[in-house]
Formats: sequence, C-alpha cells, structure tokens
Amino acid sequence: MLDVLNAVLVVVMILNLFALGTSRINSVIRIVAVEGALLGPVPLLLHGAGDISGASVLAAAVAVVLKGLVIPAIMRRSLRAADIKREVEPFVGFLPSVLLGAVGTGIALVFSARMGSGGGSTANLIIPAAIATILVGFIILTTRWKALSQVIGYLMLENGIFIFGMLLVEAIPFVVEMGVLLDLFVGIFVISIITNHINEAFSSMDTRKLASLKEE
Amino acid sequence: MALGMIFLPLLLAGVAALIPSNRLRPWVLPFAGIIHLAMFVCVVTVPGLADWSLFQGEGALLGLDPAGTVILGLVSGLFALASIYSVGYLGHRQDRPNRVFIAGLLAFLGFASVVPWSRHLGLAWVAIEATTLSMAPLIYFNHSKRSIEATWKYLLVGSVGIALALLGTFFIAYSSLSAGLPASMDIDTLSVNAALLSKPWLHAAFILALIGYGTKMGLAPMHTWKPDAYGEAPGVVGAIFAGGVTSIAFLAFLRFYVIVGRAGEASFASRLLLPMGLLSMAVAGVFMIGQRDFKRMLAYSSVEHMGILMIGLGVGGPALFGTMLHVVTNGATKGVLFLSAGNIHRAYASKSTDRVRGALRRLPLSASFFLAAFFAITGSPPFGPFVSEFSIISAAFGTGHYLGAALFLLFLLVVFVGMGRTVLTVLQGRVPVQETAPADAAYRDDFLTVAPVAILMSVVLLLGLWIPAPLGELLNNAAHLIGGAA
Repeated sequence: MLDVLNAVLVVVMILNLFALGTSRINSVIRIVAVEGALLGPVPLLLHGAGDISGASVLAAAVAVVLKGLVIPAIMRRSLRAADIKREVEPFVGFLPSVLLGAVGTGIALVFSARMGSGGGSTANLIIPAAIATILVGFIILTTRWKALSQVIGYLMLENGIFIFGMLLVEAIPFVVEMGVLLDLFVGIFVISIITNHINEAFSSMDTRKLASLKEE
Repeated sequence: MALGMIFLPLLLAGVAALIPSNRLRPWVLPFAGIIHLAMFVCVVTVPGLADWSLFQGEGALLGLDPAGTVILGLVSGLFALASIYSVGYLGHRQDRPNRVFIAGLLAFLGFASVVPWSRHLGLAWVAIEATTLSMAPLIYFNHSKRSIEATWKYLLVGSVGIALALLGTFFIAYSSLSAGLPASMDIDTLSVNAALLSKPWLHAAFILALIGYGTKMGLAPMHTWKPDAYGEAPGVVGAIFAGGVTSIAFLAFLRFYVIVGRAGEASFASRLLLPMGLLSMAVAGVFMIGQRDFKRMLAYSSVEHMGILMIGLGVGGPALFGTMLHVVTNGATKGVLFLSAGNIHRAYASKSTDRVRGALRRLPLSASFFLAAFFAITGSPPFGPFVSEFSIISAAFGTGHYLGAALFLLFLLVVFVGMGRTVLTVLQGRVPVQETAPADAAYRDDFLTVAPVAILMSVVLLLGLWIPAPLGELLNNAAHLIGGAA
C-alpha cells in the first residue's frame, strides 16, 4: 500500500515540473486534472483495508469526478471562449521556472526531514510532496499573466493542501471533507464566470490589463 | 436553533432566487434578517439554549461560546439593519437585476452563522470560504469594467489567502499528530492538549492562519484587494464586509490565538501581532492622507481597525476585553459609515471629493450621521470606539508596551487628520452644479435608507456611554476564555 502511495506522490512531483515547463494552457489543465484524479482515491489506501467506510469511498469518488472531469471541463470551456492557446512571455521564463520548481521540491524534501514527522511512518513523502506542490502552485500563480493560468496555479495549490490533508484523514469529518470539495467546485465555477467576463470586457485574459483601480 | 440560524437564510436564498419580481424580491432580506436576529435573541436569553455546553461531547461540531456569541450577535444585528437598508437601496436600483445580489447576501448570512457556532476549525474554514464566494457577486453588482477588476482581485487574493488558512488548519491538526496524540481539529480538544502540541508545527500553523485569515480581514500587507472591492461594491456590501466578514475572519483567527496562548506561546504570538497591527495602522494612515475617493478611504479605515484588533491581541491580558468590545464598536460604526457613504454616493453619482461637496446641504441626515461616525471611528468621545480603543491603549501602557502604545497614538492622530480632510471636503461647502442624470438629482434621504443608519449610530453612541450589564458580562467571559483564565 505504502509503495503505491509513494509512487503516486513521486508522479505528482514530476507532473508539477511538467506543468511549469509547458506553455500550452490546455496541457497544464490536463496535468492538474491528472494530479487531482490520481490523488482522489489515495486517502482510501491510508484507511487500511479493514475500515473503509461508504462515506470515504463517496468522498474519494466525488474528488476524482470533480478534479479529474468537472473542473477541467469548466476551464476548457473558458479557454475555448477566450480563444487562447498559450501563455506567452511569463514573468519568469519556462525553463527558469522548472529549475525554480525543482529547487523548491528539493528544499521541501530537506525541510520535512528536518521538521521530523511524528505520527509514525505512514508515508514519509506526504509532507515534502504537499509542500512542493504548494510551491509550484505559487510559482504558476505569481509568474503567469493569463487569468486562466492563475486559476490553474490556485488549483495546484489546493492539490498540495489536499496531499497534506491525507495525514489527517481521521480528524476530518465527512461534512468538512465534502464542504472543502464543494467550496473548491463553486469557487472555480464563480472564478471562471469572472474570467469569461474579463475576456468579454477587456477582449483579453491578460491580467496586466486590470490596472485601472489604484491610488492616484 | 443553530441549524435554524444556518439553514433558514440558505433556504430563503433559494426562495429569493425563485421570486420573479425585481421589486418584491428585496423584502426577503429583512424577513430573513429579522427572524435571524430574533433567533439570536432567543439563544442568548433562554438559558437552555445559551448554555454553551449544550452541544458539548465527543466530536460535537456545533456549540456557542462567549466569543462566538459576541460575533454572532454583531453579524446578526448588522445584517438585520443592512437588510432593511437594502430594500431602500435596491428600490433606487431597479435598473439592475438583483436576483444574484439578494441570494448572495442571504447565503452569506447562512454561512457566516456557521463560523461562531463551529467547534471544529475545518468546519469554520469551509464556512469562511463559502462566505468569500457568496460575497463575490455582490462586488460585481454594477457589472462595470472596474467592478470586474475588483471582483477578480478579491477572488484571487481571497481564495489564495484562505487556502493558506486551510493549510494552517491542517498544520495545527498535525501538530497534535506529530506530538503522538490523535490528529484533531476540534477546538476544545486542541485547547485541552495545547501544552503538548508540537511547537514548530504550532508556530507554522499560527503564521499561516495569520496570513490566511489576515487576508480576509485585510491586514497590511495582504489588504490590497480591500480598497478596490470596498470602492466598487455598493455601500451596503461594504457595511457587511467591514462589519461582518472581517469579524468572522477575526473570530476564526482568534481560535488559533487561544490555542497558541494555552500552549504557553503568548509571547511568540505577541511578537508577530504587535508589528503586524502597527504596520496595518501605518499603511492605512499613509493611504488616507490625500485620499480623494471616500469609499476607498473607508476601506483603509477598516485596515486600520483590523490592525487595532491585532494590537489588542498582541498586548493580551487586560486588553482583551477592549479588543472584543472593539470588534463590536468598529463593526457598528463601519455600518453607519458605509451605509451613509452609500447614500452620498447615490446622490452625487460620484465618490470622489472632486465632485462631492456640500453633502450636509444635499443630504442633511446621511451627512450628519457620516460626520458623527467619522468622529466615532477616529476615537473621539463619547462614542463606543473611544471606550474600546482607550481600554486597549491603557492596557498597552499598563503592560509596558510603551513604544507600541506611543506609535498607536501617533497613527491614530495621522488617521484623524487624513480622514478628517476628506470627510470635511465631502460634507462642507456648496453643492456643485449637477450635470448628472435627473434621477440622481432627485435623490433624497428616505426612511428605509436612513432609519437603519440612525439605529446603528445610536448603538455606537450608547456603547460609548454605558455598556449594558449582560453585554459587559458576555465580553468579560469572552476575554477570560481568550486569555485562558476560564
């Protein structure tokens, strides 16, 4: 079981770097969707074979459907409506941001080894993978200009936090788990409506155009 | 009763969305607001319901403690008055469909009620994130380019900030696991085990909660979305934000503060909170000087007062009573300011001091309340904020925070001067010759948009003169609970 978990987390960390390196927004959406779908069922592995409840299966299924299918579909629609394909000239280039992400992942591994994981050896990779994914999410969020790319960065940040949550499966009641997923879904839904309006009003998804509100 | 306060507004949000008439729909708001307030009064007065151990037990998700009661009462009361105002406001704004606006406001009330009732940090987080989302369409009410920009910034900054608060929530649960205890997000369990929690994870959790919920409160330097959102949103939305949203975010942060305090790390918290609070006051002061947009000015005033709350927590001990009181007095005064500013904005169709002058002649009532609330919020006696700010400052001097207290006073002065100039420009002088649409020129104060402001203003005045015994007791209990002496 642990091997499967660690394998998934390694795949996620590699996917993160691919997301940093590609300019095609559609590919980045797909990478984040694959990450979300891979991570969805992982909490089931941690429960142990004996006590998998119906609720936890349901939560995993909802996570997979939302993150793997529904949210990417919403984002692809916005992408088509905006008629854009690539992120051009990000604030930090694609190659440097891959390097940045790789260094960040390394630091996350060192950091979590230093912090010491107390709760047994459930999975030593959970904390570094969570922190690395959060960092990569931040890099995308802060260095890309297109509104949609920034939303993807936010999604990746959420994926990272979701990974950390795996350590805490027994402390998160079903209501809260579903609440978090529902918030994420509604959040992306509302944000994508706004990005569509940005595109209509400014004929662009470039957030640098959103600069009329400031101190004079 | 908890479930009623949460689900009734959500249900009514659905009902409001189904009502076809743009003219009748706003009346759902006061209906929900007044029932909600009545339920709150029942909870406080009927002994069985007020007993906060009612829901106590293993894994109980809902329960009301004194700190939660203070915030719940503030949100409920403010919403009830703002909802009456909204009927008047939306009556003037029949040009815009209000279906989403009203549903969003009601959904906010439902989710905001979850936070004070919540005994689980994860549940509180879910509710705060839900309020973030339900408030987004309200900023976007005017559907202009500027309001899109404000909404986008609000959503992005707010969502990322609140995501960090979730990480902080996970970290605090992990600090329990890391210490060999079962992972927990239950406020009471964490408080009991506080001394045992793993220190590095607890510190990290506190910092993340401060950044995350601080973004929602609008502490500098995470306040950037705030002037934009408050500036572009209708006044009534500003009132709900500055009095309601910030207060529930403060409460969520307070839960972390209490646990950190119980863990014997109050000095760690204080080292972070005092500079953070003073920075917010300083930033607010700088941007208020020469501010020509009076709604943005109010946003900075909100940044300033969130800073004051952080200073209150940073001083701790004797300042906690004043801090809890300040949540209430600031919330009520912000209500007056934003609602009356909304009326002035409507009458002039502008919120810049370049065009808005002579408001005392144009709208005598709204302008007078605006002026009184300006004196109140800047800490002049005999209003409520004077009492709470004075209590925080004297506690700061009493506990030896001389530098902090001196800077506090200096920044209050800067804010008074900066804000005073803008406010007086708006209120005094002659009304400029209007070249605006006749609809705006005909705008006058009316009952629905002035009466709620008058009631709020009298509350602000009352709290400055005399704190009713039950409220005083509640605030005392809350301060004891926060300070760990309970």
